[in-house]
Amino acid sequence: MALHATTAAAISPANAPAVFERDLEVLSNEPVNGEYMRLVLRAPAALLQQCRAGQFFHLLCPVVGGERPYLRRPMSIYGFYPEREELHFLYKVTGEGTRALFHLGPDDRLNVLGPLGQGFSIEDDWNHLVLVARGVGLATLAPLALEAKRLGRKLTAICSARSPDVLMSIDYFRDLGADIVTVTDAENTAGVDNLERIIEELIADKGVDAFYTCGSNRLLRLLQNLGERHDIPGEIALEQQMACGLGMCHCCVRPFRKDGRQVNLRVCREGPVFDMQEAMPW
Amino acid sequence: MVDLSVDIGSLRLKNPIMPASGTFSEDLADVFDLDTLGAHVTKTITRGWRDGNPTPRVCEVSGSMLNSIGIPSKGVGAFIEKTIPFYRAYKAPLVVSISGNTADEFAALCSEVTVEGVDAIEVNISCPNIEEDGKAFAIRPSSTYDVMCKLRRATHLPLWAKLTPNTGETPEVARAAEEGGADALVVANTLLAMAIDVRTRRPKLGNLMGGLSGPSLKPIALRMAYQCAKAANIPVIGCGGISNAEDVLEFLIAGASAVQVGTATFINPTIMPSIIADLQARLESEGIASVRDLVGTVIDGEQNEGVVFMETAP
Repeated sequence: MALHATTAAAISPANAPAVFERDLEVLSNEPVNGEYMRLVLRAPAALLQQCRAGQFFHLLCPVVGGERPYLRRPMSIYGFYPEREELHFLYKVTGEGTRALFHLGPDDRLNVLGPLGQGFSIEDDWNHLVLVARGVGLATLAPLALEAKRLGRKLTAICSARSPDVLMSIDYFRDLGADIVTVTDAENTAGVDNLERIIEELIADKGVDAFYTCGSNRLLRLLQNLGERHDIPGEIALEQQMACGLGMCHCCVRPFRKDGRQVNLRVCREGPVFDMQEAMPW
Repeated sequence: MVDLSVDIGSLRLKNPIMPASGTFSEDLADVFDLDTLGAHVTKTITRGWRDGNPTPRVCEVSGSMLNSIGIPSKGVGAFIEKTIPFYRAYKAPLVVSISGNTADEFAALCSEVTVEGVDAIEVNISCPNIEEDGKAFAIRPSSTYDVMCKLRRATHLPLWAKLTPNTGETPEVARAAEEGGADALVVANTLLAMAIDVRTRRPKLGNLMGGLSGPSLKPIALRMAYQCAKAANIPVIGCGGISNAEDVLEFLIAGASAVQVGTATFINPTIMPSIIADLQARLESEGIASVRDLVGTVIDGEQNEGVVFMETAP
């Protein structure tokens, strides 16, 4: 089932540029817990109105503090608020690019390119959405809760983490009226069997119209099985090393099952959100 | 008013800035008006369908990048049906980049893309030739000459030969390309390179090795552009690490008639329109009437051929 447009057919010379490349002002860059940072940029409402949950920006991380990142770094949108003119990202300091981002403070500027890629789709008859994610994956799925709220759909967020103190986005989801289920390794509740039991109960009690996830092989396999068993569609957001972020270089491909054969699709252009049943565990 | 136009053989470009193959596609129309450019150069295609190389296909090395994409291609049919028509909406000349595993396959494709809407063919002779143990055609003068002769017979369109830096015979290869029928030389493709993750001890590219591009490549490409301009009598198009108007001036002075901008577009997708504006302002402020007045104006004294064409560090 094709849940979203995967062609670049919408591009034509007649179209005005749909992607912005510009410097944005840093409003704040603060830790949200022991592991993750939230970067808040001031962005024009016109840019934010084009954003969709699941899309990403390609960030030109600064050369600062001895860090010399060269290529841009793709980062999924954590939140976009046209009324407040704010664009939010959530990141964990792991490499040269994110170490450089860590140095940003109020009044600095950051060059961004975006919004890029295909976001999540929510079909008209999908009333109960279930997202399952872990770690920074919750950042990618968080704006789905914004979209669900805007469209008046019910959302259940199953949030997984190593331990309760690093569970993220719980308030974010709660403020948007989502039902929240938390599972952690520390409490021995994050295993696949327990997740399967929780989701089966959800399906039996309330009915589930679509699954959303990202980033984990374990979760992908589980949700593919549940989706097949109960004929529930789903979408997954995926990552890959990127260079251009626009679809030109073909660096960021991943394999997918499509029409009975394996094809490479570009995460930046056909994705980063893909049909869950077409995605292949890695 | 500064005249930015340049001639590449019979083809007039309104300015000397065009994209390097593989770093450009219809997708860039999302970001700026593609008619700003002097020409459009498409990503290399092969005759048949190709999947490309395993991932990771890209990694960064200090201030530059390595890539090993492996020329994924939808084949010539899809290209003629979908890609060429897209560019009909633009006035900028369309340059189609092609590649082949053998000289005959290459020539067949060259003939197949000789269609309305295509203004020149860039022949990527830096790709591996399976008849020569995988060595690129443009590593040796003899294989360069042979493939260029076959390509020349396959089309009436201007042929631009894209040379490789992975050779020790740059001037000889340049002359062989010209003698084989090239109308211009694109100098140059990426340089074979490697990076290893010391923690995992694995190569950083799925294909083990890949091509270096970006600012680190620029001095090498500039040296080659200079040598090719000295060795051959056809226009040279500089390519390699060009990131700003100053770099463009450097290549023009070395002898290039135009340039291609590649990796810099990945860092800043609007870099080509910026370079065109900067180039215009720069020439105006220096009172230079035409970019053509700069081509080959390097002051290199009375250097003998041995120095001009040396391929080893002195």
